[in-house]
Amino acid sequence: MAVAFDEMKGEDGSVRPAYRELSAWLGEIRPDVLDYRRREAELLFRRIGITFAVYGEADSQERLIPFDVIPRILSAAEWALLSRGLEQRVKAINAYIRDIYGKRESLRAGIVPEDLVYQNPVFRPEMNGQKVPHDIYVAIAGIDIVRVDDQTFYVLEDNARTPSGVSYMLENREIMLRLFPELFSRHRIAPVDNYPDELLATLQSIAPNSAAVEPSVVLLTPGVYNSAYYEHSFLADKLGIELVEGRDLFIKGEEVFMRTTQGPKRVDVIYRRLDDDFLDPLAFRPDSALGVPGLMSAYQAGNVTLANAVGTGVADDKAVYSYMPEIVKFFLGEEPILKNVPTWRCREEQHLAYVLDNIEKLVVKEVHGSGGYGMLIGPAADKAAIAVFKAKLKSAPANFIAQPTLALSTCPTCVDSGIAPRHVDLRPFVLTGRDRVRIVPGGLTRVAMKAGSLVVNSSQGGGTKDTWVLDG
Amino acid sequence: MRILIAHDTIYRYANPPASVVQVLRLTPRNHDGQYVGAWRIEISADCRLDAHEDSFGNLTHAFSVDGPVEELTIHVEGDVDTEDTHGVIRGTIERFPPALFLRETALTVPGPDIADFAAALKGDGSTLDLLHNLLTRLYGEMTFDADPTHAATTAAEAFAIRRGVCQDFAHIFIAAARSLGIPARYVSGYFFRSDGVNDQNAGHAWVEAHVPDLGWVAFDPANGISATPAHLRVAVGLDYLGAAPIRGTRYGGGAESLCVRVRLQQAQQQIQN
Repeated sequence: MAVAFDEMKGEDGSVRPAYRELSAWLGEIRPDVLDYRRREAELLFRRIGITFAVYGEADSQERLIPFDVIPRILSAAEWALLSRGLEQRVKAINAYIRDIYGKRESLRAGIVPEDLVYQNPVFRPEMNGQKVPHDIYVAIAGIDIVRVDDQTFYVLEDNARTPSGVSYMLENREIMLRLFPELFSRHRIAPVDNYPDELLATLQSIAPNSAAVEPSVVLLTPGVYNSAYYEHSFLADKLGIELVEGRDLFIKGEEVFMRTTQGPKRVDVIYRRLDDDFLDPLAFRPDSALGVPGLMSAYQAGNVTLANAVGTGVADDKAVYSYMPEIVKFFLGEEPILKNVPTWRCREEQHLAYVLDNIEKLVVKEVHGSGGYGMLIGPAADKAAIAVFKAKLKSAPANFIAQPTLALSTCPTCVDSGIAPRHVDLRPFVLTGRDRVRIVPGGLTRVAMKAGSLVVNSSQGGGTKDTWVLDG
Repeated sequence: MRILIAHDTIYRYANPPASVVQVLRLTPRNHDGQYVGAWRIEISADCRLDAHEDSFGNLTHAFSVDGPVEELTIHVEGDVDTEDTHGVIRGTIERFPPALFLRETALTVPGPDIADFAAALKGDGSTLDLLHNLLTRLYGEMTFDADPTHAATTAAEAFAIRRGVCQDFAHIFIAAARSLGIPARYVSGYFFRSDGVNDQNAGHAWVEAHVPDLGWVAFDPANGISATPAHLRVAVGLDYLGAAPIRGTRYGGGAESLCVRVRLQQAQQQIQN
């Protein structure tokens, strides 16, 4: 594997312009001061109570995501390129989903194979022919970006269902502002604290036409046992909207109402952090107690907006991912600004053969997996693990894709031995409203805290960093 | 054949719930060989019925009733003229290409048993021969028995005990057909019995499978026959859940008891042309 590109030191070891001030500051600050502030940061996170739960671990119910105090910095020019690319990508995603549940021109043109849509568990036949308010399916997208050199950003994954992590972006900035004011005074950094306003404006803009002038927006959570519950309550609070569970809502005359102490109140927009399967026991899983019975009838009648829409998974699945460059070209008539990681589709015979022959060089991912579960990192896996995975691949090839192991860029990170480069990715959040697309500069930087590790997922021990986009 | 239908679904609640929400798929549509005359739905409680078409082209009615509700009756009645089409279903509203109906659902996962059973039927014949073979073999293999299965029983579970009701027969047929690469779907409706038993305690369910050059062909695995003019088609879906006559829920209240009465009669007079 090639040597990773370091975002501070660049290809030749000289400090890149965006990192000039930070590098100087790192040289000035006394290690004990940095260490003290590091511990202070951890204390603050504990006090705020920002935690998440790792599924499948009995011992730790809720845990703290490690926070690294050294920010990750992007220049204004880099961000300009990224944000154009993100806007383009999400536009294409919205057009594609609309097409899949509408005219199906992309299927007829052979852009995406039919069975990849129709046999996909996250495709929702119930959405077929269904109009959604203002044709916006994905109002909130989290696009995972990785970088391999000075010029090249790749999209690693699209998250078009219920992407999480934005609360960390906001909290990280707040903590950094408290702990390192002097570092901020040496930079001009684009703010992120307007995200809640931007999100609310986006959600209000896509309210159904039958909504009140000031549309009523709520956040629907599966409840306290969900791993992202902290984020749900945090966002509802920041947006100034009600945090509701399914049982707080009911349907009457094809409208959605919320039970309040002042009687029923109509709901126009539901920012739902509940998966499709659980939304409405009358349309989806009949045993779901988390949803709102009859919600799909109100949705079909056009009286409520769900953000994101039902069935958006059909666009962010790892198998569909490999078709995104063609999807961008087909719907927008443009070349994709952001590249895809080269991907082998194991559903295709030749690709499968290549993957089986080269598995020790590749990352193999389950099409429907997320959070770093169900994947094999070839170079890091032992013979036994590879044999097990090969068997899985052969028995259900369509469930897998493979990609080269990328040399993800690194950023300076505080570790036990001092400051060392660690691999990072970036999840910017793209908001699509009726009026325009809004992207708060930056996003959530995730960092693999273990030396050499490429897995940044918080469920696999990854940490986070504040992400700075320099202003001008 | 002109069939008169009267179908009552009666819910009785031990403790009246505060409200009830339901979605009905209880209205048949016309297609070649099926012509709906009069048709109406009456709900015993005061409510508004909101009519829609679902993504499969079924007519649906949604309503919510404010309680306390002690008893709720959904009454459906109408008459339908049918003609023999030899099981071939044409002129239906199709919102999806047949390929969609290869999709696996939780209720129709074939599992190794059904997949093996289906694979063993493969021969040199046509798709239609294969489906007829599946129909005969499945009818022979299974015993009709209302006791061991319920609405949430999967195809694999019912097949393991070789028992079930029309819903289970249909799910197994669908799972088997799809595992052979033949698009198949669930049909809910009514079946006029020729043995003179006019009063039934449930609607009926059967399947349609897609045959190249012929289109959708209906099979009734619970009776081991192709669909006849005695089959009245109401709704289709990927499985029971997609075509269920009633899906509902209630807020509060205690146990509910359900009573279903279906009365089918053949009209005595023929329509004179």
